[in-house]
Amino acid sequence: MKEKNHLLSNIILIILPILTALAALMLGRIFIAPSEVFSALFKDPDIKPLILMTVTQIRLPRILLALLAGAGLSVAGCVFQSLFDNPLATPDTLGVASGASFGAALALLLHLGMVGVQLTSFTFGLVAVVLTFLAGSGKSKGMSAIVLSGIMIGSLFSSLVSLIKFVADEESELPAITYWLMGSLSGAGYKNLIFGAPAILFGLIVIYLIRWKLNLLPLREEEAVSTGVNIKALRVVTMLCATLMTASVISMCGQVGWVGLLIPHMCRMMVGSNHKRLIPFSISIGAAFMVAVDTVARSATASEIPISILTAIIGAPFFIYLMRRTRLL
Amino acid sequence: MILDVNKLNYSYPHGPAVLKDISFNLGSGEVMAVLGPNGAGKTTLLKVTMGVLKASSGRCTIDGEDISKLSPKKLWSKISYVPQSKLSTSSLSCLDMILLGLAGKINSFSSPSAEDRKSAYELMKELKIEKLAEKKCDALSGGELQMVLIARALISKPKLLILDEPESGLDFRNQLIVLDTMAKLKDDGISCIFNTHYPEHALMRADKALLFIDEHTVFGHTEDVITEENIERSFGVRARIEDDYIVPLSVI
Repeated sequence: MKEKNHLLSNIILIILPILTALAALMLGRIFIAPSEVFSALFKDPDIKPLILMTVTQIRLPRILLALLAGAGLSVAGCVFQSLFDNPLATPDTLGVASGASFGAALALLLHLGMVGVQLTSFTFGLVAVVLTFLAGSGKSKGMSAIVLSGIMIGSLFSSLVSLIKFVADEESELPAITYWLMGSLSGAGYKNLIFGAPAILFGLIVIYLIRWKLNLLPLREEEAVSTGVNIKALRVVTMLCATLMTASVISMCGQVGWVGLLIPHMCRMMVGSNHKRLIPFSISIGAAFMVAVDTVARSATASEIPISILTAIIGAPFFIYLMRRTRLL
Repeated sequence: MILDVNKLNYSYPHGPAVLKDISFNLGSGEVMAVLGPNGAGKTTLLKVTMGVLKASSGRCTIDGEDISKLSPKKLWSKISYVPQSKLSTSSLSCLDMILLGLAGKINSFSSPSAEDRKSAYELMKELKIEKLAEKKCDALSGGELQMVLIARALISKPKLLILDEPESGLDFRNQLIVLDTMAKLKDDGISCIFNTHYPEHALMRADKALLFIDEHTVFGHTEDVITEENIERSFGVRARIEDDYIVPLSVI
């Protein structure tokens, strides 16, 4: 029984985000022809300074951020689903996103700088997921228990975010926090990327490397233990990586919802739930999706639409479709 | 393989004692049935025997080595566990599910080789379930899933198979298939311990039996344990045993 040859789909998985990114480099307030994009990328001396600036300083860092954020969020969603053996478990529904948002808002209020935002965001994201787990996993352990407790913990942290907004300075801090919370990739620059990208890349690489073992996560405790694998360590590593990626994305571009639900499910429908295939699909499609949505967000109207509004418009109907289809709640 | 369990005791944390002074032993290729009324502690006994639950006192050794002192890798290379087959929600293919049985032997950063896949398929052929290879687990019937779970346990080539109610919820034919599979493992020197609700199944295929009677247990050769008198004491049911058949007569 040979494993199918996946050469063609692997090539598509690699090319898809690259093509989307190239298209995104062309599109925007001003249209830049493909030839000019390439000249700018390869630093052709004859290129107009405006084009060079737009491609390399404005669009490229933003697209790189979108690629990473999309891949990070969808992989985080994917492993949270497996970790809790629940199709509705995602960074949003588990309260991780709200926790991380609170951490980031707190750091913004205290002017802790980019690294501070990352660290507090990660810490509170982790606190939120642990609280959700403690509250929602009991003997009853119904499918909806974990999601319900996630919503509870999520709203707890959302109100803490409101508290921070309440005490923030109306002139300077409040607008910064509010705008950042709406979710936007417009703050992307190489400086931000240097701080945020390593954490997301680290999480992605670890999850990618151990992806076959992730198939053990949905099994029952004694089933998983009896394979001889240290299942506790596997769970802890996965949870840390998923929270780290979520928190890093949130601290760089605010709360971008729904990606962690939408993409993993699309991928599961395409390739089933073997993580060996599922993780590469989630990375590639998540990255391409985020770039596409962000491109629409920044070029559809005269002023930029916050990206979380777009992802919610796509995500909410999909969530309802999924709920009806799987009959889990 | 020699499994030796000596005066095992177990009580739930802050709870009552569940297992009291249980002793039994099992040699290579032997099949042992564990019987008793609902809630007697059958599943708990299996979990304590495997070391998944820690015994309050007593010793459990496999080939002379204390189970609680073995490394998980070594322990689970000797023992495999087949859980009760509640319907699976996993959409893994059966072949992928069976390969998970090798997880303990495969490096964290790699995945099953072509050879592993081949041996999984060979095993499926042996168990006559090769047609299920590409089928998804959540689309299986109870009997099919049970066979897939048995295959997952066997692929790591264990010496002892522990099964939790392997024939529960299966139809006549599938019950027999599962029982025969256990009996066939004898030829490979693999021993089995299984929980069951059916005393007949113990009589049909088990060499030894352990029966919960109130707080105590009786252990020995199946014919000596599954007697009309013991069934009455354990289950509170008057029954008649004829050859391998048990005819329940009345509730006491």
